[in-house]
Amino acid sequence: MTAAPEPAIARKVEHVMGLPISLALRGRHTDDTAANDAWHAVLAELGRIDAVFSRYRPDTVISRLGRGELTEAQYPAEVHEVLALAATAERASGGAFAVRRANAEGDEVLDTDGVVKGWAADRAAEALRALDDTDFCLSAGGDIVARATATGRAWRIGIEDPRDPQRIIATVPVLDGAVATSGAAHRGRHVVDARTGRPPTGVASVTVVHRTLTWADIDATAAYAFGPGAAEWLRHRVGRTGLVVGADGSTTLVPAS
Amino acid sequence: MRRIVLWFMTTLSAVVLLLGYRTSTSAALPASGTTANTTNGTATAGGSSAAGTVVTGTVASTRWGPVQVQVAVSGGKITSVQVVQQPEGNRRDEEINASAVPTLVQETLDAQSAKIDMVSGATVTSEGYLQSLQSALDQAHLA
Repeated sequence: MTAAPEPAIARKVEHVMGLPISLALRGRHTDDTAANDAWHAVLAELGRIDAVFSRYRPDTVISRLGRGELTEAQYPAEVHEVLALAATAERASGGAFAVRRANAEGDEVLDTDGVVKGWAADRAAEALRALDDTDFCLSAGGDIVARATATGRAWRIGIEDPRDPQRIIATVPVLDGAVATSGAAHRGRHVVDARTGRPPTGVASVTVVHRTLTWADIDATAAYAFGPGAAEWLRHRVGRTGLVVGADGSTTLVPAS
Repeated sequence: MRRIVLWFMTTLSAVVLLLGYRTSTSAALPASGTTANTTNGTATAGGSSAAGTVVTGTVASTRWGPVQVQVAVSGGKITSVQVVQQPEGNRRDEEINASAVPTLVQETLDAQSAKIDMVSGATVTSEGYLQSLQSALDQAHLA
């Protein structure tokens, strides 16, 4: 018995607000009008969400909220949704993950990036879920949401080696779910432990596999903030599996709890 | 006819393997000369007539659940294979969904030799994208 031939994969790449977005499609709709319409809907949704949540543009809802210019009644429902996710994550992490925290100058800043990126990609992927008999694998800057139920061939996700990002340290199959990785390999030490305000030490990267990218991304960031306690915290999170790579190159696999 | 039934039983395992592999089962006829041992007991031969014989295999346990097939034999040839019992849902899929744990590669691999579809890593910005593994994967398929 020989393996069936690999189904053809069509790929697309665009950049949205400084983030590379990669898409792989296979099955019925890979390069037709339906596929291209869905791809444009993904990009439009990511751009729309960025216009609400970007910290880098002074006119966004999140920037105005951070400056105290908006009251609770004035911001849209999806901002409430994101802040509610953030509150849940803050409780679950004992405060290691927090969207409101002090910056280097001691002023409180509002930074919803740790919640919004995965959540936005989950929302954008809805346009891809509507493609019948089609598998998709969407990456937003290295965080991935994928479905492979049309062909039943799980997508193979490679996890980059944080010490050498040109190489793969592990792989994980995804049939319908998400993979997110947090670390300092590309953007420097932008994640801090909100309890101390300092970047974590002892951990190079944390990868989390979960049903949704919203929580895979939040938990990868939260676990990374724990530093040496990353794997121990992640081990108690229901429905998550993952990989923690230590600063010394050690690897800890986290099975389902 | 007895000889054909025995031959069918020896190939039942092969049919089960085919089912496990999720190929089309409507006409999954194992290649002649296939030899596969089976300890799955006896088959039930249905009524024999001019139209042929219908043989129902015993239930085989696979890692994805019980599988049972029914084969119609006519003129010394298998004319159809029906799946009368197959695993509910797809347990293998559920397994992958519920508890897929990353597998470490023995030596860190490049994307090509790891045969991967997408790369998960710490956030790549557009500035860093061209140097990234993901970029290499995308370009390989876009070219």
